[in-house]
Amino acid sequence: MKILDKKILTDVAGTRVVEMKILAPEIAAKASAGTFIVLMASPEGERIPLTIVEADRQKGIITLIFQEIGFSTKFLGTLNAGDSLFAIVGPLGHPTEIKNYGKVILIGGGVGIAEIYPVALALKKAGNHVTTIIGSRTKDLLILEQELKNTSDAFFVATDDGSYGRKGFTIDILNDLLSKNTYDIVYAVGPIPMMKRAAAVTQNFNVKTLVSLNALMIDATGMCGCCRVSVGGKVKFTCVDGPEFDAHGVDWQELEKRNKIYCEKEKHICNLTIKNG
Amino acid sequence: MAKKEVIKVQECPAQERIASFCEVVLGYNEEEALKEAGRCLQCKNPACIQGCPVNIDIKTFINKITKKDYAGAYLTIKEKNNFPSICGRVCPAEYQCRKACVLTPKNSHYASEAAINIHFLERFAGDFGKDKNLSLSQEEHNKSAAFKVAVVGSGPAGLCCAGELARQGVHVTIFEGLHNSGGVLRYGIPPFRLPRNILDFEIDCLKKLGVKIVPNLIIGKSIMLDELFKEGFSAVFLGLGAGIPSFLGVPGENLCNIYSANEFLTRVNLMNAFQFPKSHTPINIGKKMIVIGGGNTAMDAARVAARLQKMNGFDIDTTVFYRRTETEMPARRLEIQHAKEEGVKFEFLMQPVAFKGDDNGYVRTMTCLRCQLGSPDASGRRKPIPIENSAFDTPCDIAIVALGLEANTILTSVTPELKTDKYKDVLVDQETMQTSIAGVYAGGDIVGGEGTVIEAMGMAKKAARAILDYLASKKK
Repeated sequence: MKILDKKILTDVAGTRVVEMKILAPEIAAKASAGTFIVLMASPEGERIPLTIVEADRQKGIITLIFQEIGFSTKFLGTLNAGDSLFAIVGPLGHPTEIKNYGKVILIGGGVGIAEIYPVALALKKAGNHVTTIIGSRTKDLLILEQELKNTSDAFFVATDDGSYGRKGFTIDILNDLLSKNTYDIVYAVGPIPMMKRAAAVTQNFNVKTLVSLNALMIDATGMCGCCRVSVGGKVKFTCVDGPEFDAHGVDWQELEKRNKIYCEKEKHICNLTIKNG
Repeated sequence: MAKKEVIKVQECPAQERIASFCEVVLGYNEEEALKEAGRCLQCKNPACIQGCPVNIDIKTFINKITKKDYAGAYLTIKEKNNFPSICGRVCPAEYQCRKACVLTPKNSHYASEAAINIHFLERFAGDFGKDKNLSLSQEEHNKSAAFKVAVVGSGPAGLCCAGELARQGVHVTIFEGLHNSGGVLRYGIPPFRLPRNILDFEIDCLKKLGVKIVPNLIIGKSIMLDELFKEGFSAVFLGLGAGIPSFLGVPGENLCNIYSANEFLTRVNLMNAFQFPKSHTPINIGKKMIVIGGGNTAMDAARVAARLQKMNGFDIDTTVFYRRTETEMPARRLEIQHAKEEGVKFEFLMQPVAFKGDDNGYVRTMTCLRCQLGSPDASGRRKPIPIENSAFDTPCDIAIVALGLEANTILTSVTPELKTDKYKDVLVDQETMQTSIAGVYAGGDIVGGEGTVIEAMGMAKKAARAILDYLASKKK
């Protein structure tokens, strides 16, 4: 559980994306693309799920990438190399089904770019033709650009403000690609509005689409039901039934609302921390 | 012969306890224990022993209490039950030993008030032994000392099995998926029923016996069952517990602020959400809190909800909705009584059929049908039948669904050799608790569906004996 290395990948106006390498041999040994861990930064900490971005089985090291978006991720970001996490457990969730689909499109938005990276690697290795689209608000928020470029047969970037790549959204590029060519599967990870819009676009073109959902969790072993989502009209637990689901069946509105359940509490704890320095 | 008066147990007054998580039942002092033990008729054929899932020699231990041989009483209980301080607090005695007590009229739903308060006496002896550090030491014949056994899960079944094996000198390692041990004793049962120092003490005793506990490790995810054998474990006990919470399956059930009882209790008991923001895990409280269900978990959830309301400056307004009547409630009678004392309200013969929310997705009302009782169903209890056109809406800011649990399939789904039944519970030989895999045993909720702490421990003891036999046969 020791943090071996910490890197600040981006820092734009206080919004940091942090990479941590953590010694966790049991997790590294079993990790595969699409799986996640749950960690507690301290004994008082929340249990938060994070995707395993890389796993080095030989060295027993896993890589996590997170955006400091709420109290617990900010708190995690205060830890440094040499510190230890209070708890980490995994790998959790079903791995991505890796096979040769043919032509695949991967879309990563914001910190979701980190989550498509292991899937891109695995799909490439399985013989797929990999097209990757990454996007963020602005150039300086982009992560893993070179890594994903190296893994992809075709590579596109979009920024909301046009500071890099195409001005606009990843979804615009997705729409263009699907208009011109046929693809076998789309895999999208990012903010809920992005995944929701990706699902709407691919539904138009009737292309199977997987998304990895970021529901709130506690135990992440199916015990609490905090992470329940509606998919195809059925209630699923993101932790044990997912985290990947058919994007066309997801009730996005419900997920969006459920992920904001504690927004008031979040403000409260963040204010307190700021006041107390 | 004059009837001796039932000795009531001392309790923290409702007004005081409702603002905290301190223990409600304070237990007997010596004088009270002596008086209550003195009421025992010392029957020639004590039915209470048969009523106990692990057949504690109740007659003998109560007799020892009357002779002030408290250590003897403690050791008598320990022969059958490793954790008297825990069971004396959480056992539903009125459905078990006390129901069988000769002072309970035959064919009663549950024990009468006149029945001997066996659980309070057990607790008295248990706490005596704990305070005097009388915990049974390692047995002298370490026949199985060379063997390593893995126990999966640190709930009642796992702890009990580990203790039984460790006392025979077996090297036991418990693997626990969560960051803290105790299973349902920690995440489910609130501290006002089972104080954490009692649980911690019992777990520390196991550690002193040489039991190793590895938290944050899920067998079936980080390590597979067959890998445990490769790592040198000679046998495995599965105390996986029940897992997936059941929901009503009605419209609006995924609205914000609708919790499973498991989630609600885990946030508070395991993650200490009642100390937010000192603890970082949040929980939402509301003006109108509703709990759905009639079991012990529903009572725990309702009593936690009422406390959180009080501690957060709300008026206590927590209501339990149950589809049958109070008589059919599976909860412990004491828990129902305590909940009422604490201001929890009850609405019986109610079947929730929908929830409605506001624009932000937070639940605001629950729609219910009124029910009437029909003829008895498979459980022997009268079946609730919804009354047509009886639907009405009731305000609801927080709903907690306490309808029971289904099997956790994390391990069974990746271990096809491990045979399960239609409920996905692990199939075992009833005598030995051995599963379909040689050397792998199971007990607790993963075997019987939802049961009590003591039932889980009973299965674990059976399994431990079979594991010792299995290890002995391997040695030859």
